[in-house]
Amino acid sequence: MADQTSTYLLEMQNISKSFPGVKALDSVELKIRKGSVHALMGENGAGKSTLMKCLFGIYHKDEGDIFLEGEQVNFTSSREALDNGVSMVHQELNQVRSTRIMDNIWLGRFPKKGLFIDEEKMYQDTLKIFEELDIKLDPRTKAGELPVSESQMVEIAKAVSYNSKLIVMDEPTSSLTEKEVSHLFKIINALKDRGVSVIYISHKMEEIGKICDEVTIMRDGKWIATRRIDDITTDEIINLMVGRDLTHRFPPKSNHPSEVILSVDNITAQYQPSIKSVSFDLRKGEILGVAGLVGSKRTDLLEALFGDRQIGEGTISLFGKAVKFKSPHDAIKNGFALVTEERRATGIFPNQDISFNAVIANIDAYISKTGLLDESNIGRDTDWVIDSMSVKTPSKKTRIMSLSGGNQQKVIIGRWLLTEPDVLLMDEPTRGIDVGAKYDIYQLMINLADKGKAVVMVSSEMPELLGITDRILVMSNGRLAGIVETATTTQEEILRLSAKYL
Amino acid sequence: MSEKTDHKSIDYLKKFLDYVMNNVIFFVLFLLMIVIVVIDPRFISLTNIRNIFAQASTRTIFALGVGTIIVAKGTDLSLGRQVGLAAVISASLLQAPAYAYRMYPDLPALPVIVPILLVMLITGLFSFINGVVVAKFKVDPFIATLGMMVIVYGVNSIYYDRPPYGAQPIGGLDPRFANIAQGYFEIQGIIIPYLVIYAVVAVALMWVLWNKTKFGKNLFAVGGNPEAAAVSGVDVAKMLIMVYTLAGLLYGLGGSLEAARIGSATNNTGNMYELDAISACIVGGLSFSGGIGSIAGIVTGVLIFQLIAYGLNFIGVNPYLQYVIKGLIIITAVAIDNRKYIKRK
Repeated sequence: MADQTSTYLLEMQNISKSFPGVKALDSVELKIRKGSVHALMGENGAGKSTLMKCLFGIYHKDEGDIFLEGEQVNFTSSREALDNGVSMVHQELNQVRSTRIMDNIWLGRFPKKGLFIDEEKMYQDTLKIFEELDIKLDPRTKAGELPVSESQMVEIAKAVSYNSKLIVMDEPTSSLTEKEVSHLFKIINALKDRGVSVIYISHKMEEIGKICDEVTIMRDGKWIATRRIDDITTDEIINLMVGRDLTHRFPPKSNHPSEVILSVDNITAQYQPSIKSVSFDLRKGEILGVAGLVGSKRTDLLEALFGDRQIGEGTISLFGKAVKFKSPHDAIKNGFALVTEERRATGIFPNQDISFNAVIANIDAYISKTGLLDESNIGRDTDWVIDSMSVKTPSKKTRIMSLSGGNQQKVIIGRWLLTEPDVLLMDEPTRGIDVGAKYDIYQLMINLADKGKAVVMVSSEMPELLGITDRILVMSNGRLAGIVETATTTQEEILRLSAKYL
Repeated sequence: MSEKTDHKSIDYLKKFLDYVMNNVIFFVLFLLMIVIVVIDPRFISLTNIRNIFAQASTRTIFALGVGTIIVAKGTDLSLGRQVGLAAVISASLLQAPAYAYRMYPDLPALPVIVPILLVMLITGLFSFINGVVVAKFKVDPFIATLGMMVIVYGVNSIYYDRPPYGAQPIGGLDPRFANIAQGYFEIQGIIIPYLVIYAVVAVALMWVLWNKTKFGKNLFAVGGNPEAAAVSGVDVAKMLIMVYTLAGLLYGLGGSLEAARIGSATNNTGNMYELDAISACIVGGLSFSGGIGSIAGIVTGVLIFQLIAYGLNFIGVNPYLQYVIKGLIIITAVAIDNRKYIKRK
């Protein structure tokens, strides 16, 4: 034991965590050496974020022990972790945009001179950290004026200001340019020299090889392997990440794509950065997957198709006729439907019941001759949604908030099926829902395609893209990197295409 | 065995408490009535009940307007001043031909409905502008309607304070006009004021609108989650504009009735009515976060305040203390009501 404590800064042992119906973490271990950069890898849903949330006390772990410098710790909040030298630079940066950089760094513990804040000390201390990390910014700049890359550096500086021994970086390069990435690496190396350890969460293989010393690979909530980076190849990493049994996770495919119903020709969004010059065809009865890394603008593509994002150039033809949707309403009238990614933010009406949530997009269909809504038709269609999606709910008058995520998602998909769309756009339709519900949703998509509908599914989960789509369109940095046939492609090819324009 | 029964009775008690807490506002109303009746049993009389309902009538109409806006995640501070404008204009056009100090001495006696429709058009227009500013220019509803409140007061005062009579209350209303608000009919000895009928009709129509129409569903969609509403094909901006305009129409109608009820109007008629109407809505269970509320809640909210004003006066509570009670009711009712929505975190 004495030996271990001298070499490892952080040890997480046998960490388990369950959510209703899902075992998110199953005896995971993670050991971080002092002054090393440790990559944490795994597909989306492998449990990386959950593991980090257990470390920071955002989730309460069911089992397992965490040791920091040999001492057992159990943080109950990120603030407590921070005070103990463990900090996180988030994918989405939380800063008070209207105040200065230095205010953000010292927020909650401003240096004081008597009753007042010691501005000069705050300024000098910030400057000192910036110099150490080779950050060339004026601490008095407003945080909101910084581009993402620089905000991220400020976050790292903040972590350093807390004398952090361990900094977790979640996808730090997802929105950085190549030059910014190399500056970030310089900062990481400076951190290493100070003896700080870094947990580096990323999907980008080359970066891992360049900056990391060790790598831990997770899959399906389990620890798979921890290796020195020099002892493992990129292919091995991918194999370890993917290597799972794909049988029985997907229903058999029975749909047959036929003629083209939607043609997208060279569309570019009006407001950049967003999609640039994307072209593709969509066939009747087809399930088209959309793959890409975080920030590759997959959601933007769906929004552009759905009239929710202005298209600058290019044309979209539906059944051979050029169409231009000014709003989602136009798109819906023309047989489009969109199941959005952020279920809470843009999907559900939390305080309304299942019935309301099910019929709202199809409300025109229930207006009777008197101008009032036909309650019996609404009831019938709500029943249909509950039955055909197998929504588990006590009644149709139950508030949707009290359902599980998977059941909420089924109601939302049902909402769109009621509009009888020709083209169903789905953005991460199975995110955050359990395996059984996922299977139901896959089956549903295949049934729709069987009936001659076209489905476009954005997904970050490679297995489901490979499991149920007919073709996969790969986005990279807002551009179309390629379209591959699902039957003949490999995960490696998709990952390669995803990185094409980085 | 006895342990088991204990559990059960505790369960029932918990359920009952939950029920009380979830419907707290109706219990507050009930409790208040009991207290007043216990102190002075004479309170229960047809006259008193009629008076309360009659006084609550116009307030109900205003609250229905601003309540619809609140469900759409908005608010409207210009309500009171718009009511004032409606009162002044309708009164000025409906002074009795024989009255000596008419604003328009040569104006013939108009059919009563004409000026009422005209002021509804005017307040509808001002509120339409509110809607456009909120929906299209994305100005926070508090700010947009605060500005409108000041503008409408200015416009009203310019119209009102003119030669030859200057800032004199506009009185001497045409008896036909006064009668639409002060009149009543009698069924088997029970007097029912016309005002109550208007309020009941307005409540019924708004209930149908909220619960039985596409407008109603879209209203709750826009207020409950505007992003999701937009993605579901609801034209959010159009909905907001319609909601504000509808409220304006109600202010116009209620403002005319208010002039007829009082028998005169000044540029200060309606002052601060917005606060009464908004408090009634909030106490009635509408939420500023939008998408939550019911017509029954609005009506109850209005009645509670009317009951306080009338009932507390009746039993002789110090008027200043009445303010304290009113304020306490607003805060406690909402604090307890909020439990419903915050407990699920």
